[in-house]
Amino acid sequence: MKYSTTLNVNGIDYPVEIEAERSLLSVVRTEIGLTGPKEGCDDSECGACMMLLDGKAVNSCSYLALQAQGHKITTIEGLSEGDDLHPLQANFLEQGGVQCGFCTPGMLISASALLQANPSPTEDEVRIALSGNLCRCTGYDGIVKAVLITAGELAAQGA
Amino acid sequence: MASSGTRTLVRGRIGELVLRPDGVPKVTGAFQFASDLSREGMAWGVTVRSPHAHARIAAIDVSEAAALHGVLAVLTHADVPGRKTYGMEHHDQPVLAWDEVRYEGEPVVIVAAVDLETARLAAARVRVHYEELPVVTWDDGIVLRHVPIRHGDQEVSAEVVVSGTYEVGMQDQAFLGPESGLAIPAEDGGIDLHVATQWLHVDQEQVAASTGLTLEQTRLHLAGVGGAFGGREDVSMQIHASLLALRSGRPVKMVYTREESFYGHVHRHPARMRYEHGATRDGRLVYVKADVLLDGGAYASSSPAVVSNAATFAVGPYRVESATIDATVTLTNNPPCGAMRGFGAVQVAFAHEAQMDRLAAALGIDPVDLRIANALTTGDRMITGQLVEGPAPVAELLERLRAMPLPPDTAMLPSDQRDLPGGLANVTHGEGVRRGVGYAIGFKNIGFSEGFDDYATARVRVSLVDGAPRVEVHTAACEVGQGLVTVLAQIARTELEIADVVVLQADTLVGSAGSTSASRQTWMTGGAVRLACEAVRARLHELSPERHVEETAEHHHRPTVPLDPVTGQGDSVVALAFAAHRAVADVDCELGLVRVVEIATSQDVGRIINPIQCEGQIQGGIAQGLGLAVMEEIQLGAGRIRNASFTDYLIPTVLDMPTVRLDILETPHPLAPYGLNGVGEPPTIASTPAVVAALRDASGIALARVPVRPEDLTTSSSSVSSS
Repeated sequence: MKYSTTLNVNGIDYPVEIEAERSLLSVVRTEIGLTGPKEGCDDSECGACMMLLDGKAVNSCSYLALQAQGHKITTIEGLSEGDDLHPLQANFLEQGGVQCGFCTPGMLISASALLQANPSPTEDEVRIALSGNLCRCTGYDGIVKAVLITAGELAAQGA
Repeated sequence: MASSGTRTLVRGRIGELVLRPDGVPKVTGAFQFASDLSREGMAWGVTVRSPHAHARIAAIDVSEAAALHGVLAVLTHADVPGRKTYGMEHHDQPVLAWDEVRYEGEPVVIVAAVDLETARLAAARVRVHYEELPVVTWDDGIVLRHVPIRHGDQEVSAEVVVSGTYEVGMQDQAFLGPESGLAIPAEDGGIDLHVATQWLHVDQEQVAASTGLTLEQTRLHLAGVGGAFGGREDVSMQIHASLLALRSGRPVKMVYTREESFYGHVHRHPARMRYEHGATRDGRLVYVKADVLLDGGAYASSSPAVVSNAATFAVGPYRVESATIDATVTLTNNPPCGAMRGFGAVQVAFAHEAQMDRLAAALGIDPVDLRIANALTTGDRMITGQLVEGPAPVAELLERLRAMPLPPDTAMLPSDQRDLPGGLANVTHGEGVRRGVGYAIGFKNIGFSEGFDDYATARVRVSLVDGAPRVEVHTAACEVGQGLVTVLAQIARTELEIADVVVLQADTLVGSAGSTSASRQTWMTGGAVRLACEAVRARLHELSPERHVEETAEHHHRPTVPLDPVTGQGDSVVALAFAAHRAVADVDCELGLVRVVEIATSQDVGRIINPIQCEGQIQGGIAQGLGLAVMEEIQLGAGRIRNASFTDYLIPTVLDMPTVRLDILETPHPLAPYGLNGVGEPPTIASTPAVVAALRDASGIALARVPVRPEDLTTSSSSVSSS
């Protein structure tokens, strides 16, 4: 049986007809057509599927799409504004935080949730916040640096 | 383009910090990985796999599956029109099993349906009747290849002798993007296969042979690759998706689940090794004897080449008068093993470096001093008799590594809980925590060895676009995350002094580039791009708005020869690369918990082509070495994988990964374009033994097996035999 619902993704309302057991990841990728979030494990272990739900990072592979109704969903596609990269995105590139890129969408979502909650994290806090996102290519060094540099830049802009 | 008068160099040449051209799509989510592809009318393919490690197939009944509404094709071995087996060199693996299954997870039936759910339902309705057979594992495998090395006087004795037995567990590449691809039937009766792979042309040959298509009808296109590390060198879903697409007449997509991915690609060979080192009392290596046994699993894959590496690099980068090596790989009913970053050098490095530490202890010599005293150098001979012609800065790397400052001993201070082993689990306040430091060095070959005609092809075209020159670089070399597309563009800019360079998506419409493995692509395909650019440059005067200039070139490395089957002697390798590691670790000796505090490394990269990518390879390779040292193992019981998930197969998280202190040496390699050398694999070789050496130093326990588990650190009854 399918249910009609509306999902607000990156500020746009998408009406969808979906079965109750469908994951948010599956619906966003196949019904809405945003393939930025990835399925790396379907088990809440790797974090490649992460999206923001009202600003909080969730593993969308293990979140029912119907539960997301009424919430603001942000995927990697919604992180930048227009053609300008979000500072996190730019710093990930400049610090070597991206190799194959499969973990990158979830990693960026996690990092952006952290900076919204804690604009000036310590390195330990960055590592704890990203510990639900696996990366097999980079050894994480460029990723951690990118988040710390971004926090510094945002603080300087705010000052 | 720069004019001849006031000539300024274009930016983005080799050696500069250039950002990857696929970077922006990767951070915005626009980059299309193989699993993101779709086409109008696309169907989904699913694989039915053996639940047994060894069984006879008595009957296969697909009628119930085929009758399900929405099912488009259900195929067995009988539906494979061409060659019914595949394999990179040895075609020994059934496309779909017929009489027997030889490992758990072996494909038996494939299904295509209108959607993924229907395909999975149909797969569940395939009935295969198995009769289980005895499972062959370690002790009674069939020898696939034995590589003996007899170097120097075989009747030697020494004043000081140490011996030990060592084991390495089965490691998984654990790339984040599972196997996937999309096969699209073409109007000419052929197929266009978009796939995440490491080697398009070797896939093309195998897809064509089994589908019965010609090579021209079998066109492969590289789709976005979510990491590789050796695990995509063998065919996974390539032939299956193509067969389903040809049968159903529809585009067919296949994407493995994470669990399936553990069954769907080869792993790093587990190893059992027995070593004996003899030395003079003043610390000169006299002989090394080693028996190395690798479990190849059910099919050959690249095992014959892996075991050759295990033999060739068995003693490590040391000068030794006499070596007696027997390296063997066997066929068993364990999961097939093949290529993984480090390729045979990783397993033996764990043993030879443990032995060097044991020897140093027996001699009362500092372990780094002992290594330096026996360091291989240019002009020495390897145990294969091959002269070391290129740079071999073994002593220099060790000296530089030792000179790097050590991290402060936080265990001695009232510290943050998170800095202790066990971290936030709050299991200790520092009592029982001891710090250890360990050193290791390793080396391996760059490029394919033993007579393989290793080459790469590149096509370079310059045309005028709105009056400005643009370069298009077309190769079949696979970008798998390492950043090849960046360096190929840097090479083209350097050679042609044209800023606008586009690296086209790799496909089989241009000649082979060989495999993205053996740390070879920057050297090989980079070399081919350089040659093609040189040929284009000579003709640039022909360039006009109406006429482009295009050249295709092949880069071959110098020939090598197979190892002699009796003596193991021969000039089998092209070039060598070296890296040394120092690990500092804190161990809670009561609970067996480990925190690796820092890994320092000195690595010779020949020449840095792209600093950020070069460092990225080193950092990432060390993370995988750390994983093998303390957490990563595919656990097997009677041939069955017991931990096929990221819940149970653990790879390092950002909390496990310590600070890495980098020291990059640039000794130009005389054989390579621009003096560069392979970078990707050396970080994964000595990082594992360095971490374990630090754990031994902290715990005082011999630790003869990786990954080291907490229980290994709390018992003193470890299994290393003493001489």
